[in-house]
Amino acid sequence: MSAQDEIWILGIHMTKFGKHPDKDLVDLGVEAIQGALADGGVTMADVGVLAAGNLRGGGGIGQQLQKQVGQTGIPVYNVANACATGATALRTAIMAVKAGEVDVGLAVGVEKLAGAGLLAGADRDEDSNVWEPSGRYGAVAEVDGRIGTATMPGVFAQIGMEYGHRYGGANFELFAKISEKNHFHSTLNPLAAYTKAMSADEIMNDVMIAYPNTRPMCSANCDGAAAAVVLNGAKLKTLSKQQQRRAVKVSASILTTDPWEEACQVLPNVNTLTRNAANQAYEQAGVGPEDLDLVELHDCFATAELVHYDNLMLCEEGGAADFFNSGVTWRDGRLPVNVSGGLQSKGHPIAATGIANIWEVCQHLRDEGKQRQIEGAKVGLAHVIGLGSACGVHILEKAA
Amino acid sequence: MANQVPLVDYLVLGDQPHLVANECTQCGARYFDRRNACAGCFGTEFRSVGVATEGEVRAFTIVSMAAPGIEVPFVSAVVDCDGTSVRANVINTPPDPDHVSLGMKVRLATYPMGDDENGTVAVGFGFEPAT
Repeated sequence: MSAQDEIWILGIHMTKFGKHPDKDLVDLGVEAIQGALADGGVTMADVGVLAAGNLRGGGGIGQQLQKQVGQTGIPVYNVANACATGATALRTAIMAVKAGEVDVGLAVGVEKLAGAGLLAGADRDEDSNVWEPSGRYGAVAEVDGRIGTATMPGVFAQIGMEYGHRYGGANFELFAKISEKNHFHSTLNPLAAYTKAMSADEIMNDVMIAYPNTRPMCSANCDGAAAAVVLNGAKLKTLSKQQQRRAVKVSASILTTDPWEEACQVLPNVNTLTRNAANQAYEQAGVGPEDLDLVELHDCFATAELVHYDNLMLCEEGGAADFFNSGVTWRDGRLPVNVSGGLQSKGHPIAATGIANIWEVCQHLRDEGKQRQIEGAKVGLAHVIGLGSACGVHILEKAA
Repeated sequence: MANQVPLVDYLVLGDQPHLVANECTQCGARYFDRRNACAGCFGTEFRSVGVATEGEVRAFTIVSMAAPGIEVPFVSAVVDCDGTSVRANVINTPPDPDHVSLGMKVRLATYPMGDDENGTVAVGFGFEPAT
């Protein structure tokens, strides 16, 4: 592969995740962009394309951000892809660099979500005075709660339970222990929204949302942003030794959607598209799961983390419960997963998540992870999934 | 007896209530919504087929927190009806982990949802324990 074809992350930044009542979407996005540019030692004058992700802000975030950080006339791609929005923005910038249209691209994801409550379940209105069929199911009344659940905690609870049904070994306590691990990890991450350790007992006895997911087992709605500057290897060679040393190689950048399978339109299948993305990523990077030093995966709910051990092929097929129980995914284990605290404690400002997980991996590959550094980390994987569905997988490698 | 209307058009009422699916005539993929084409093979012809009224719970959750206006707790499940997956509530049993389990056998059941100003009764469906 020629230097022109190589993709590198030059600069990357994430804001503190949490409640930011004094900052609007633009403030948070600007903070991430300026942080990423400063981290990479470049300015907006160097950037050839901007991909901007936001899901719930009303559209056009890229241009709003340009108006504060620099209107240089470059193309903006505003992207939205559910919880994979951040990864989609990054992938968009990477595709522009890979295509040779620009040398340097910028991706940002930003969301204001503090206090948003349950996602994807609409309030139920009063039934109408006359039963009148409407919509693609000819429904005479709202079906959420009458024909299953549309809310995310319930959908992902079923996804975890389905895995348990198929392979065994997954129960309420196991899912709580996965959450216990991530909350423990968060105590070392000052940028996480919640940094309190919780025991499995405390987690199981907390407020039930959708069995087996209690409140601490659900991703935390919060505000936050993350941004990354990407460039090709040829351009990187023209920069300083310091910039080259800190750059992180993107050895795979993959985005997939869910192929049709029986049941996938009844309960979203988050498994096959993740497995497909992982397979493609390992092949593109020329590495296997056994080469990974850390993984940030999309634990939007404790029940989701379990199935993704399997989908990312970190364990044998069907072996996710045993894999977790062996302790390997704790930060002192062989393959630490979600040392950031994961979405359950770090928080999940939707469009920021798919870049923030890459920031986390970069910290370790640059030996800049401070108190939560995974020593000697050379290869890491970041995974997100957006229901509907879209899956992003990036494999990152330390500069040689 | 008052006029009845099903909650959704894939619920067929009468002496033996059952669900119907739109089945792709080319590849056999089944759907419950109005179709433009088949997501599996891109075919555009469908036939209406009956779905087995008995099945097995393949996945479930007990929803304790939902959007305003929705009664909780309730059990949401995916039921494997002889190879066709159906989304439905598990009804006529207490909504707790002692009464709902993975693999439990269930059968289709209907219930009245109330009448509208014309006196028409809407009928919903769920799956109840089969034993």
